[in-house]
Amino acid sequence: MPKLTLRVNRQTHTIDCSASTLLVEALREQLRLTGTHVGCDTSQCGACTVHVDGASVKSCTMLAVEAEGAEITTIEGLADGDKLHPMQAAFQEHHGLQCGFCTPGMVMSAVDLCKRVKAPSEPEVRTWLEGNLCRCTGYHNIVKAVMAGADGMNGGKP
Amino acid sequence: MKDFVFHRPSTVAEAVAMLKARDDGKFLAGGQSLLPVLKLELAEPTDVISLAGVPGLRDIRVDGDRVIIGASCTHDQVARSAEVKAHLPALAALAHHIGDAQVRNRGTIGGSVAHADPAADYPAALIALGATIKTDRRTIAADDFFTGLFATALERDELIVAVHFPKATRAAYAKFAHRASKYAVVGVMVAETAAGVRVAVTGAAGVVFRVPAMEAALSKAFSASSLDGITVATDDLNSDSEASAEYRAHLIGVMAKRAVQACA
Repeated sequence: MPKLTLRVNRQTHTIDCSASTLLVEALREQLRLTGTHVGCDTSQCGACTVHVDGASVKSCTMLAVEAEGAEITTIEGLADGDKLHPMQAAFQEHHGLQCGFCTPGMVMSAVDLCKRVKAPSEPEVRTWLEGNLCRCTGYHNIVKAVMAGADGMNGGKP
Repeated sequence: MKDFVFHRPSTVAEAVAMLKARDDGKFLAGGQSLLPVLKLELAEPTDVISLAGVPGLRDIRVDGDRVIIGASCTHDQVARSAEVKAHLPALAALAHHIGDAQVRNRGTIGGSVAHADPAADYPAALIALGATIKTDRRTIAADDFFTGLFATALERDELIVAVHFPKATRAAYAKFAHRASKYAVVGVMVAETAAGVRVAVTGAAGVVFRVPAMEAALSKAFSASSLDGITVATDDLNSDSEASAEYRAHLIGVMAKRAVQACA
């Protein structure tokens, strides 16, 4: 089986991996980074969202081999030790989850947005999250959390 | 998904030669159409040839009266491009509403055009603006490119390298999107270029099409009311769980008017 070298959460891993292995399979089943979830497996729900070179992508719709040479960040790579990333802290503070299944993808997607737009408006947040489905919350607290997370990430400055 | 051999060519010529040498190879651009196809085993290629390492396919530039977009440009890149926003803002807006943010970060214009999904957004823009598709070996007018459901004029081993768009005097795209996938249930691009006014419809039938009656009416008087009373026959329109052919015909009229109104 071909060897594949992946750079994930600032660490380099070499794994045995067939060409058709999806990025999410490599992350979950080989690297045991199970914080990234598989919801629909049809690139609609966004639970599998990770960052590849800083951009949010659906890891169920990317081959692991395509990620070779890129910096991958999963939900496990966001916190700084015990200190939650500001977006994680905002989801906790504003109760932006119920069952939590969609949360890793929501957080990763939201971080991508707030790196591009320092102080997104509510419509901007809702539009951006079109690729992330939540079946519990009705999105209200998620949107609140993302806007607070933007403040936390960007110091409340536009 | 069936396993395959993965290739990373570093030039267009190498990529094309690799595909030519294999009975059942596929080019892989952003993978947002191809990977779902492979996962459903609707295609089972023996070889997948990645275009990620091929340089020169990710440039956007303006050349006289044309905007040239490299085939590997992502939808996000097109949506945020200063050149596209300046010269074809309707195209930037269209790209901004393809799929969702994650899909736009990976999906490419070349991949979308080559896949020729009947509900994709780009085909409407290519037809309405009268774009040309530059491949490794020739130039194909958009009018001759989309030949049917997931079917194009591309030869088996032919690779799109760029899409050339003429600048428009005015243009706008209006989409009635599927709630989950954001594909077009009906999408209408209205554009006026040096070649005249065109109205192109995606999502409604097996392949993108023009509405000559609307084009004639808008050529006489460019206003939404010019489209009053113009109907599209339902014979060739899709009927599915999203919308009946009759509803799609109605939506074409509504979206066309919205596009005309949105034209700057």
